[in-house]
Amino acid sequence: MVAHAIFFYVFSIIAVISAIMVTVSKNTVHSVFFLILDFISISCLFIMIGAEFLGMIMLIVYVGAVAVLFLFVVMMLNVAQQKNQWFNSESTTSSHIPVGLIISTIIFFELIIVVGGWKYKPELSNPNTTQSSNEISNTHSLGQVLYTDYIHIFQISGMILLIAMIGAIVLTYRRREGLKTQSYLKQISRERSEGIEVLEVQSNKGVKIDD
Amino acid sequence: MEYINLVFEEVYKILFLLVPVLVSVAMIVWLDRRVWAFVQKRQGPNVVGPFGLLQSLADALKYIFKEIIIPASSNKIIFILAPIITMTLALIAWAVIPFGEDQVLANINVGILYIFAVSSLGVYGIIMGGWASNSKYPFLGSIRSAAQMVSYEVSIGIIIINVLLCVGSLNLSDIVLAQKNIWFIVPLFPMFVIFFISALAETNRPPFDLPEAEAELVAGYQTEYSGMMYAMFWLGEYANILLMCALGSILFLGGWLSPIDLYPFNLIPGAIWLILKILLLFILFALVKAVVPRYRYDQLMRLGWKIFLPFSLTYVVLTASYLFYFNLLPTL
Repeated sequence: MVAHAIFFYVFSIIAVISAIMVTVSKNTVHSVFFLILDFISISCLFIMIGAEFLGMIMLIVYVGAVAVLFLFVVMMLNVAQQKNQWFNSESTTSSHIPVGLIISTIIFFELIIVVGGWKYKPELSNPNTTQSSNEISNTHSLGQVLYTDYIHIFQISGMILLIAMIGAIVLTYRRREGLKTQSYLKQISRERSEGIEVLEVQSNKGVKIDD
Repeated sequence: MEYINLVFEEVYKILFLLVPVLVSVAMIVWLDRRVWAFVQKRQGPNVVGPFGLLQSLADALKYIFKEIIIPASSNKIIFILAPIITMTLALIAWAVIPFGEDQVLANINVGILYIFAVSSLGVYGIIMGGWASNSKYPFLGSIRSAAQMVSYEVSIGIIIINVLLCVGSLNLSDIVLAQKNIWFIVPLFPMFVIFFISALAETNRPPFDLPEAEAELVAGYQTEYSGMMYAMFWLGEYANILLMCALGSILFLGGWLSPIDLYPFNLIPGAIWLILKILLLFILFALVKAVVPRYRYDQLMRLGWKIFLPFSLTYVVLTASYLFYFNLLPTL
């Protein structure tokens, strides 16, 4: 039990410190690395409370895919330079800071409301009932409710993600003119007789190749 | 005192797993070069030790004694962290690989997800190395590799779903035991082919070695690395290849199970069978390297997203319908 407590505090301290470092660090790429460290330590916490499936999915989805794309964008765009321009420009007062402040205060009060009104189901706070039986694994029990009781919510969230994906493609896709594309079918189905023509060439006259 | 004994026991177990893995990584590099050479009618490394077996150890010694050069304009902490992360991630995944019934370091319920998660983290070593080098070619290499590994993880994930549909458990030992009657390579043969190709792309092996394509990018993300740090990248890369071979043999080739369940074959321990299957897959990896030319970048992306993804998704639907129709779905 002591070891459990030690691990819990180590992971939570790392999570809190890296969450702070995400906002504090000057370099945006470092911020993303701290975000990744935060995700990893939170998934460790998930695993520690026995939610191993959630912890692993967190690693796969957030760290393995989302954060990679995040890092990708941050590295490519050179955000650090832009941010310095926002804060250091003397001529114009930055319009980004007030908007950010308003949004963050709204989110802060929402969080206070949510946490203040937080109430666990009575059977959850009772430690005797939360001990799930060892025969059914965490993943099985999750699957049993996800596809029966919560099937509609599950399907709707899938639809929302699909629409978001299609929307992102529609917004960013533009057809460029004069784009050369390769047709694999055309390349493969080429015959020798279409590509090569043997001509009888007389000396000092040459041939005219139509093109 | 009891607690300390417990810790020591675990440490012994871990060493007993990791030391053979590291030694076999060295041997596998030799095997890779040998197979490559034989395909091209060369001899390959055959001077150091019997059949040149000690060539990799000699190379490792050379790397250890070389100077580690850290570029002045690099981001030093991340530059040093990158090879460490690559190698650590390649080694920790071995914790859940079962070498026989109950012969596994950590028999966790979500073993397959753990391997999948660790292999998807592997991209960070490459991205960090490429970015921290603060140089053009490594950066291009790391960006290529990020896009490539994210794309091919998708198809590997869907292939794993195919296998899981037939097993009904995320535990690697259960996956192997479910293949007692028939190995999954028989009903899921197209998935095995796609898994093999995706594993090549996931481990940056030729013909998908675009992150380090020497003709275009010098050595990709490894350009600025030298000495032991380069060797760590290289160790991590080969440990990852071995891991993918192990995963392939567990998912499709029946893991530690013997191919024929008859008297003389039963006596051979499961670990030997698993190692033989890993070797078989690795020789295929090495042959592909020698035979196939490198893909172009857009061809690589097209293969991943336009061919593998729809095909494996269709196969998921087919497998699920088949299992449902014939009432073969695994129960709890």
